[in-house]
Order: sequence, then structure tokens, then C-alpha cells
Amino acid sequence: MTKGMLRKMRPTFIYALLGIIFMLAAPSVLQLFTIINLTTAIALSVLALSLALIWGYGGILCFGQVAFFGLGAYVYTISAINFGGSTWAILVAIIVTSAFASALGYFIFYGRVSDVYLGVITLTVTLIFFSLIRRTSGPEYKIGNALLGGFNGVSSPPINLPWNSASFLFPEQVFYVAMAALIICYVFVGWLVNTKFGRVCVAIRENELRAELLGYDIRAYKLGIFTIGAGIAAVGGVLFCNGVGRITPDIFNLYNAALTIIWVIVGGRGTLIGPIGATFALFYVTSALGGQSVFNNNLVLGIILIIFVLLVPKGVAPTIIGWASARRKKSQRRVRRRRRAEGTR
Amino acid sequence: MDLIVAVLFQLIYVISNLALISLGLAIIFGMMRVINLAHGEFLMLGGYTVVVATNAGINIWISMLILAPLIVGVIGVVVERLLIRWLYGRMVDTLLATWGLSLLLVGIVTSLFGASTGTTVSPPLGVLRIGEYSASGYEFFLIIVTILLLFGVWLTLRFTKLGLLARGTMQNAEMASALGVSTSNIYMITFGLGAAVSGLAGGLLAPITGVLPTIGATYIAKAFITVISGGAAILAGTTAGSILLGGINGIFSFIAGSTFGEIALLLAAIILLRLMPRGITGRFFRKSL
Amino acid sequence: MKRKRGDVVVETRELCMHFGGVRAVEQVDFTLYDRELRCLIGPNGAGKSTFFKCLTGQLVPTSGEVLIRGHEMTGAEPFEIASLGVGIKTQVPNVFDGLTAEENIWLSARRWHGESRARALTAETIDRLDLGDIRRTLVGRLAHGQRQWVELGMVVAAEPWLVLLDEPAAGMTHEETYRTAQLIEEINKTSALIVVEHDMQFIRMISRQVTLFNEGGILMEDTMDAISADERAREVYLGHRS
Repeated sequence: MTKGMLRKMRPTFIYALLGIIFMLAAPSVLQLFTIINLTTAIALSVLALSLALIWGYGGILCFGQVAFFGLGAYVYTISAINFGGSTWAILVAIIVTSAFASALGYFIFYGRVSDVYLGVITLTVTLIFFSLIRRTSGPEYKIGNALLGGFNGVSSPPINLPWNSASFLFPEQVFYVAMAALIICYVFVGWLVNTKFGRVCVAIRENELRAELLGYDIRAYKLGIFTIGAGIAAVGGVLFCNGVGRITPDIFNLYNAALTIIWVIVGGRGTLIGPIGATFALFYVTSALGGQSVFNNNLVLGIILIIFVLLVPKGVAPTIIGWASARRKKSQRRVRRRRRAEGTR
Repeated sequence: MDLIVAVLFQLIYVISNLALISLGLAIIFGMMRVINLAHGEFLMLGGYTVVVATNAGINIWISMLILAPLIVGVIGVVVERLLIRWLYGRMVDTLLATWGLSLLLVGIVTSLFGASTGTTVSPPLGVLRIGEYSASGYEFFLIIVTILLLFGVWLTLRFTKLGLLARGTMQNAEMASALGVSTSNIYMITFGLGAAVSGLAGGLLAPITGVLPTIGATYIAKAFITVISGGAAILAGTTAGSILLGGINGIFSFIAGSTFGEIALLLAAIILLRLMPRGITGRFFRKSL
Repeated sequence: MKRKRGDVVVETRELCMHFGGVRAVEQVDFTLYDRELRCLIGPNGAGKSTFFKCLTGQLVPTSGEVLIRGHEMTGAEPFEIASLGVGIKTQVPNVFDGLTAEENIWLSARRWHGESRARALTAETIDRLDLGDIRRTLVGRLAHGQRQWVELGMVVAAEPWLVLLDEPAAGMTHEETYRTAQLIEEINKTSALIVVEHDMQFIRMISRQVTLFNEGGILMEDTMDAISADERAREVYLGHRS
């Protein structure tokens, strides 16, 4: 890590620190019910982080990012049931999901498919998962000891202490694990986007042809970032099924696919903390609306998305950063003007 | 022999169904490069128009063939003026804004009518006999209507003044504008027409599928995939996409059940896009309508 | 100036590029020697830019061969060609609009060197091209001429042995054009160059051998003076016998 990189990562470290403080303080201040809900929100924000990486920084508009999230959750659940413990299951979930993503990514990027068409393919993938798994209700649909459960889903074994399947974690401890995972992933991604690899990915987003003309194999870079993003989404999936207690095929549906995109749009492409914040904000908005019929989730989410696309296309975080830097520049200009005026007197 | 006819009939129905639900989206995409993710909701609104109107006493044929396209067409024009107009050329943004619109429309309909409808409409027309097998007379009607609709769109594009202006704008908007065509109006009319076609489709399908606020979701994925796989040419693309994907869907459904039919369709779409990244008419029939 | 007789660094053999019925490039045999500076000229539609794109990998030739330093590179991907050490500047500036001038150049340098050498090389290139004032400006905000210079900076920072430039002087002021010509002369000390251009004054500033394209083929190859005096060349440009 160079000095320049450390300097660029300062905001990342600050937010990470805030996260650690929150993680340690929250269980003493908040109710258990809130902590459990938070765990789910944290899991979702890891998903948002993964899309913020591959779309916000990498320029890859993946409509079906939620597919990797759900796949990670399912692979974890099925593995944990079969292994009788969570330790290897978590690893298997990440590896299987990343492997799947790299196969899909190879297919897409080395086939030079891009833009909207990439969006269609990834959306189709999540819909395939949705269709497939929904119809696995019968007792004949199982992997090892684990029934797939069809549209009812499967109960997920909770995370346990490493290699000690008897001592599974309580909700409060799961919260710690989730926050720790979020913070680690966040710092990791914050570091990644400042490495040569990350910066080349950003360049590819800006102008693919120019990146190629500089000698970079853009297919390999896109494949790399896509796979990493899927792995992070899988981590989110593991946390999710621990927060909720089970995983159902609804995770793969259109609404959730849209929600993932909305988090990144609202939070701001090109930032990491923005989408994470947006996830929490929208999670609480939708929870507060509850199962209401009039001001229902769809209505509110639809309005939010439209408003953001039309009026705040950059998202919340970049807009705030824009204001802050514009005000700083204005006051710098004022100071300079004053100095010049004083100098001539 | 009768079995073959019956199976063929089903296959043709599946293909024409796909074409019917995709045509409105294809018109808008082919003309304006706008991917309207609220397309499913236009279908849904057409369905609701038919159910509400018919239950209020209006003749079902009038609700389906006149009211549904009219009302949804007007809604389409309003949407274009208020939302789509600001986002031309920004493909990703229109995608996202129409996604928001889709959620909004589902939300509004849920607020107005509740999450499920109490009453539905039963399909008019009775049963067709094909030897030992029976098929739905209504499905036969739908096949005919779909063919007529495709033909009608082709006629409009090819032989009317509006069609000519629309094609000109589609190929070179700046040039058309320099020649005095109000491209803004063309876009508005085209979007309205695309919406009307979607409304018509949704209305026609209401007796078969029933209506729910969320029924758009079942349409949008397939329509979206068919249009993108078909490529930019409105009619050739929709037809080619429907035949290919619908055909695969139908065949696999027949062999292994509807789940596998759906999955086969989705897989076929993925492979198709991998082989022809700009859709079928991006590679073949490029200059066709 | 006497042409250096050295290795052949770029060669095409019977190169053809057809688009449907249009024969944009037809049976072109072309040779470039080490550290040679060649200009490609010709009227619009003559095939110069199409030929250029066959060299950069942006187009896959219909038939024929492209050899770079003896390696068969026909139809190779642009990044494979760039990876040989070829610097490319396209007709329309292809730069990273959302990044600063410094970052643009850094990305080029970093392709070939580690962190510290890349940073040093970036700073050197910025000084050499006098881009110091705009190093922290987003390239998307720069004027056209400045963007072309950032792009040239990216080319130079990769320290290529072969440089392909498509209309480097397009849209530039007189002063910028002069500086570009000087830069090209400098680059020519260590690298071979192929420059596609329309601007006759600019070509006179830099040229030695000039290749005149017409209707998909090479009409003649000579110095600029010889071409200007030639009957056929004048007919091609002016459309009538003088």
C-alpha cells in the first residue's frame, strides 16, 4: 500500500471505524428485535456493496446480481445441512458462487456481449433460478440430506463457531459476525478500487476502446471484477439466511433484482458508502410502510426510482460530495479574492 | 393425425402468444430505442380495463377491442410526455425510470383495487373440436387476432403517411427533423401506439389469465427477452424471436412439462444473445421492418 | 533525409477490407521500415482510415496479411497489437473523460511499469508535453486540442517503438499544430510512425515519404514534393486535369 493509496482510503477507514463503533455499541443500546432486523439489512447492504463495485466502479450493469446473493444463500444452507456445521459451508458457498459467476462471465465477456444485452442475460439467470427452485417442492428434490423445499424454501442452520457445530451463534453474535463481514468487505473493496486492477476497471468503464488500445485485456478485467463481485454477494447471501433463518426462491424475483439496482442508484454510482446507506434507508422505509395497501412498497419504491433517475441521477452520496466540494471551492475563491484585494491596497 | 394437429395448434398458440405480448414493447424499442420495463403493466392495465368495463355492463368485445387499447394508449401518451421525453438517448436511464414506473403502476393499482381481484371474466367463444381433441376456440381467435395485428402494424408502417414518417424518424431522427417532421410528436404517437397495442394484448388475454396487479411480471420477462433476442427490427424481430423462443418453449413444454418449457426458453435466449449479441435482426434481415 | 534501410517493422500483403459490396481497401501491399515516418494521404473515402484500422486491430481484414515485426497480426485484437509496443491514437479522441489528465497518462505508463516507475514516467510525460496546468483537470472538461494532447501523452508514456496516429492535427489551432509536428519529430527519433492526415501544411512540416491512397489502393509513394508535382495525384485531389 502506497502513501497515496492510504491517503485516498482515508474516508474508507473513517467509515470503517464508525462501523466498528456502531457494531460494539449497538447491542447495548438497541432491542434484540432491532438487532435481528439489522442483521438482515446488513446482509442486503453487502449485496449492494457488490453491485456498487461491479456497476458503480466497473460499469457492468448486472440486472441479476441478486442471483449470486441467493445462490450463496442456498449453497450455504444445503452445505451446512449436509456437513452438519457451518464452517466449510460458508467457504463452499463463496467458492461455488464465484465459480458459477466466472463461468457465466466468461460466456458473456469473452463473447463481447455488453450493455443492455448483458443486463438481459443476467436478469434471465436470476429468473431461471426463480423458476427452477420454486418447483422443487416434492421430496424427490434434494441434494444430499437437504430438501430444496420449493417455494417454501429451506431453513438455514445458523452459523456456529469454527469447527464446533454444537456451539451455534446467538442472534447478537450473528450481528457481530455480519457487521464484521460488512466492514471487512467494505475495506477490501475500498482497497481494491485503488489498486492497479481497480483503476483499470474504472478506465474500462470510462472508455473500453481506449483501455484496449493501451494494451489491457478488458475481457479478463471484467471477468475478474465480476467474479469478485459475485463472491461478495455470496457472503451477503450467507448472512441473509442467518438473519432471516431461512431462504426461499422469492429472493430471486424481479422485485429484489430491481431493489438491488435501486440501492446503487439512490446511494450513488461510483461510491461505496452511498449504496450501503441507501440499503439501510430503504430497508427502514419499506419496513415502516409494512404491509399497507395504499402506500404500499411498490408505489413508494417506484416514485423514489423515478425521482432519482430524473432529478438526482448521480445518487445521494455523489450529489452531497458535489455540494461539499462546490462550497469548498467557492469559499477558497472568496479567500483568494479577498487576499488579492488586500494586496493591492 | 389429430394429435399432430392438436399439438401443432398448441405450438402455434404459444408462438403467437409470445408475439402478442411482445409487439407493443417491440414497437417502442424499435422506434425509439426505449426499453419500456413498464410494458407488463400496460398489459395489466389493459386487462383491468376489460374486467372492470365488462363487469360494469359493457360488451366484452368492445371492452377488449376498443376500450382497452384506447385507455392504455392515452396512458402511454401521458407517460411519454411526463417521463420518457426527458430521457431519450439515455438507454440505461430509461430502463431504470420505466422500472420505477412499473413499480408505481403496480402500487397504484394495488391501492385502488386491492392485491387481488374479486371477479374475473370468462373467455367468450366455446370449444373447438379437432377430431378427438378439443382446443379452445378463444385461443384460435387469439392466433387470428395476433396475425391480423402484425399485418396491421406492417400495413401502417409500410403504406401510411404516419408509418413513413415514423420509419424516417427511426432511421435518422436528425434528418427527419431537418425535413420538418416533428420528431417529438412522432415519438409521442409511437409510444402511445405501442402502449395501445400492449393494452389490447392485455385485454385480450384477461379472460385467460385473470388480472392481478402483479401480473405484469409474468409478461415482462418473456416480452423483454423476446424483443432483445429479436433485435431492432420491429416486425421481423418480434416474429423471428417469437418463432424461435416460442417454438422452443412449446416443444420442451410438450416433452417435459411447462417448467422445463420456461427454462428452455430462457436458456435459448441466453445462447441466442451470446451468438448474436445484437439480436437476430442485428445479424439477419437487418434492413427489414 | 535519407531513408534508413533497416528492418521492416510493418508489412501488409494483399490486404483487403470489404464491407458488403464496398471495397474500402483492395489488395494493398505496404511496407514500413524501422524508425521511418510515413504519412498516409488521400481524398475522402480513399481507404486510409480503414487501412489504419486494419493495422490497429479495430477491423478484421477480409483477406490478406498484416505483419508487425514479422509477427502475423491479421485480425488480432487491439489489445494484442498494443501489447506489442504499438501506440495508437484514433481519429476521434479516445480518452477517459471522467478521469484527470494525470490519471489518463498514468494508466498508459502503468501498463508497462511498476508503481514508482509509472509515477515517474507520468510526471516526465506531463512535463514533456507541457500539460502541467491541466494535470488535475478532468479530461472531459478540456478543449478539443488539449484532449488530443492528453491522448498523445498516453501514447508517448507507453514508450512505443511504433506509433499509429489518425489525424493528430484535426481541429487544432495553428500553434497547436506546430507543436504537434515538433512532438512527432521527437518521437521519430526512437520510433517508427504512420500518420494519417488531411492537413497539407501539417504534412509538409513532418513528412519524408508519403503514401497516397485512392479508391482503396495505393496510387503512389514518394516525397510530398514529387506527389504535388504529379499529374495523377493532382487529378485525384482536384478531380480534373490541370
